[in-house]
Amino acid sequence: MRNPLSDIITEIKPSGIRKFFDIVSEMEDAVSLGVGEPDFDTPWHIRDEGIYSLEKGRTFYTSNAGLKELKAEIANYLYRTQKLSYDAGKDIIVTVGGSEAIDIALRAMINPGEEVLIPQPSYVSYEPCAILAGGVPVIIELKEENEFRLTAQELREAITNKTKVLILPFPNNPTGAIMEKEDLEAIAQVIREKDIFVISDEIYAELTYRGKHISIASLPGMQERTVLINGFSKAYAMTGWRLGYACAPENIMEQMLKIHQFAIMCAPTTSQYAAVEALRNGDEDVAMMREAYNQRRRFLMHSFKEMGLKCFEPYGAFYVFPCIKEFGMTSEEFAERLLREEKVAVVPGTAFGGCGEGFLRISYAYSLENLKTALEKINAFITRLRKQEQK
Amino acid sequence: MREQILSIIEKNSRIGVRELAVILGAEEIDVANELKAMEEEGIICGYHTMIDWEKTSIEKVTALIEVRITPQRGQGFDRIAERIYKYSEVNSVYLISGGYDLLVTLEGKSLKDVSGFVSDRLSTLDGVLSTATHFILKKYKDHGTILTKKYEDTREKVTP
Repeated sequence: MRNPLSDIITEIKPSGIRKFFDIVSEMEDAVSLGVGEPDFDTPWHIRDEGIYSLEKGRTFYTSNAGLKELKAEIANYLYRTQKLSYDAGKDIIVTVGGSEAIDIALRAMINPGEEVLIPQPSYVSYEPCAILAGGVPVIIELKEENEFRLTAQELREAITNKTKVLILPFPNNPTGAIMEKEDLEAIAQVIREKDIFVISDEIYAELTYRGKHISIASLPGMQERTVLINGFSKAYAMTGWRLGYACAPENIMEQMLKIHQFAIMCAPTTSQYAAVEALRNGDEDVAMMREAYNQRRRFLMHSFKEMGLKCFEPYGAFYVFPCIKEFGMTSEEFAERLLREEKVAVVPGTAFGGCGEGFLRISYAYSLENLKTALEKINAFITRLRKQEQK
Repeated sequence: MREQILSIIEKNSRIGVRELAVILGAEEIDVANELKAMEEEGIICGYHTMIDWEKTSIEKVTALIEVRITPQRGQGFDRIAERIYKYSEVNSVYLISGGYDLLVTLEGKSLKDVSGFVSDRLSTLDGVLSTATHFILKKYKDHGTILTKKYEDTREKVTP
């Protein structure tokens, strides 16, 4: 029989997280700090709107780009938080999570052989999506000494005459790094000068702990070269609803809409009704969750300091990214031993790119009680490692 | 800082000053001072424990009693409220807008105990016009805490 498979997909490696997931799921009593989703339930009033929409029989397709009232609320939200003006009728599309938006943005913009700049460590889907779109991923290795921010120099050095798009993943999963106004201004200058485009994945925009998030699209001359991606998963604890969105200049959006139209049709209708409620009346929920994450973040940073575990202070998302280089193990070894010996699951930094070597992603989307238990175990583990080293 | 301290200890009064300082990103001494000040100002009135008595073998009956009263000249409702709240079996007394005046919650060992209190003590007070007693059959949620279900983490253990 002939090989039924496509070469392009067979050559893509499965997600590094998957492998780790398989080990963890065998251990029933493992304490996990490994999830990339909020621990809160979707606020009840939002769920209630979803239920109500079902009761009313709103069970049909919406228009391809999404419900009109939802797109209007998204436009309102971006205006009130970023002073960005998007035309709800032409520039906004509602997608199946931020993930779909990443995929269709790349497919809409990349010609075969064009280069996609991907700063790493970062979310697992950028690189495979770039390859599937026919692009050539070019990795920019972010550095701890820069608090894992992207600098103008790093960007400039990575740009060639084939560079088309930069993916900008901030606030960042897995490092928790953010880009502040000066950081963005510095790279925006390079982007304009070199005439490239940006796919800005701002799914964690609501979860920053030092000043409000700023979108690169809001800087002068940037809206016309940016695809802004956001969604409901992280801010409103709505991961399972699978709902995100993208905003882009009309010429890019037109093409994205075609892919979405043919591949997806439309985002889930129930979720869209719930999301209208989230944007209209969800600010207080977001503030409450943000405060809870921030308290946990401070607790973790404090505990690491006491343990003598090196970790830069992250101000975004719900991850910390401690350095474990002192133990002379790879991230994967460390994470596997921690799991087997102390039954604590964390994700090796290498799951998010090679330059994550020497780091761990620890999620604080857990209750303080849960974090305390896990941290005690981690402390016991590294104390033991340090003693063994001395011998 | 006060609002943050209060919202945390309202849910967890056992949290230590040190931990409170860590999660608020504040100095321990400042948190301790604020707590002390709020205790003195009567903002923090106590550090109680939430107990679901249903789950113990101890019998308890809770009742809500609507009380209609005649306000007294110069003293309004306060004097009668005071005469009611001084009874140790009375848990809370609220002045209410609407169809009646005071809402009294009462804890007793049995139905007889509570009804005895209402007929002998409460309804015989000068100024009390009428009472209506409602017994609580089941508590689903109290003080913002759901009593009937435990939190269960149903997320996948590792996700990107």
